[in-house]
Amino acid sequence: MNKFNEFTLREAARALRAHECSVRDLWDACHAAAERENPALHAYLEIFDADDTAIERAQTRIDTEGDNAPLLTGIPLALKDNILIEGKVASAASKMLENYRATYDATVVTKLRDAGALFLGRTNMDEFALGGSTENSAFGVTHNPHDTTRVAGGTSGGSAAAVAAHLCIAALGTDTGGSVRNPASYCGVAGLKPTYGGVSRSGVIAAASSFDQVGPLAKTVEDLEILYEAIRGRDPLDSTTIPDDLYPKKAVPQRLRVGVPQQMMSREGIDAEVRAAFDATLATWRDAGHEIVDIELSLAEPALAAYYIINFAEVSTNLARYDGIRYGAAKRGETLLDDYLESRTAGFGPETRRRILLGTYVLSAGYIDAYYRKAVAARNALTREFDEAFTKVDVIATPTMPTPAFKVGEKSDPLSLYLEDAFTILANLTGMPGLSVPMGTVAREGNALPMGLHITAPHQAEATLFAAARMVEKGQRS
Amino acid sequence: MASVHDVKKLAALARISVAEELPSFVKEFDAILAYMSQLEILDLPSDSAAETPRLRNVMREDGEPHEPGAYTEKIAAQFPACEGDALVVKQVISHE
Repeated sequence: MNKFNEFTLREAARALRAHECSVRDLWDACHAAAERENPALHAYLEIFDADDTAIERAQTRIDTEGDNAPLLTGIPLALKDNILIEGKVASAASKMLENYRATYDATVVTKLRDAGALFLGRTNMDEFALGGSTENSAFGVTHNPHDTTRVAGGTSGGSAAAVAAHLCIAALGTDTGGSVRNPASYCGVAGLKPTYGGVSRSGVIAAASSFDQVGPLAKTVEDLEILYEAIRGRDPLDSTTIPDDLYPKKAVPQRLRVGVPQQMMSREGIDAEVRAAFDATLATWRDAGHEIVDIELSLAEPALAAYYIINFAEVSTNLARYDGIRYGAAKRGETLLDDYLESRTAGFGPETRRRILLGTYVLSAGYIDAYYRKAVAARNALTREFDEAFTKVDVIATPTMPTPAFKVGEKSDPLSLYLEDAFTILANLTGMPGLSVPMGTVAREGNALPMGLHITAPHQAEATLFAAARMVEKGQRS
Repeated sequence: MASVHDVKKLAALARISVAEELPSFVKEFDAILAYMSQLEILDLPSDSAAETPRLRNVMREDGEPHEPGAYTEKIAAQFPACEGDALVVKQVISHE
């Protein structure tokens, strides 16, 4: 039995060009692993049949173009269920869109297709990307490959689990408040949320539009970079995409100044072993000649409240379009109002309903100043604090998540789940890029559970993030 | 902070029914809104609210983005009910 599915993207691209395996071999290995493991993990909502034409075309490109073929040619990828692939169901793991078939390709899908990539299936997620554990999927939870009694994280839990368990070579997710980085941390893979506007969202189902970004999940930092380069760039179909030079370019420094917001590290709920692994990572950086700098981000704590207020507001606005009239779940009652009520009540799960109601609250006339407008002001002030901090440091590091993956069903109270996002939401509020890279494991009940290091950098400084993350990765391997 | 009446009103505004969840939503909303209210007492630099937003709307020129009718068939296939290419909806104006 071959193990082609265990290849990294770089290894798979090399093996294809060396004719150590064919595109078909690689597809079959990933597809067979997905079929075999999915009943236990539930990473995929749907595993696609082979697209013979696409496989043959990719093989021809490898054979004729060789090293000139894009690295993604013939590489089987998994895509989160909120990214549109023409003709395929895109449900955002919601009953509301269970029967919705995409009428066009998302721009990221077009870019991947043009590069010769293959699509293995659509992966599980929290409904409409609302959550942090993939427990809010209308179609059942995704299990963590390192311990199936635990969550894979979320909201891109299916993509992270599929990468970690080698049910694909790499994957795409989306990140609104940590939805790529959180499951990357819990599943022990690398995940990137690019700079806001860095990657097109045309054809991506919206959650909170001022935060959402598409991001890659992969087995190595190098693979993340390959995927990021393939999907990024300005898109006429998404007016929020930005030109390459919108923010000042900075060279990647040889010697990094790493900022650590110490007051955030003393917040409640950080696992002692996560803290120890974080400190150990900082120590290796210091030993390698990099500088660790204490920084103050006084608004980093209240930022969580601001994040959720804006999230609720934007989610309730975005999800107003699902009315049961034009597509998706369509219940019929006595009156038109009944049609809306019945469709929306049947279509949305509990967390989605909760956030729509809370969003309606924070936007209502009596409360908009106290909640929404204050949150927007706090967001602006926080971004300025980050800008100021980045005059003194090149990157800012924290753990990605305060704990390793928790048990399925362990956190039933919504507020306790929201509090888990304290580190990751900052990059969504500021629009700066954030990356999670594995920083070791902790033993729990005989299982080694991964932990992630989170690094953020100024807008469009992804290159610095990749360089810093590669150092952490190298430290883990040695 | 949140009462049964408040949550019912929000649900009506959002066109959602919340029968079963009502008691748990009232309890959860209290905790969530109490947490969010820390923002009310937060002191921010006085110009934070007035700052020009970093995000702004980007418009494009009017024009045909694609051939008329190019997507009609695919979109009509998603309609819950249709007559030809037309979406069938409930009558909202009565003539009685």
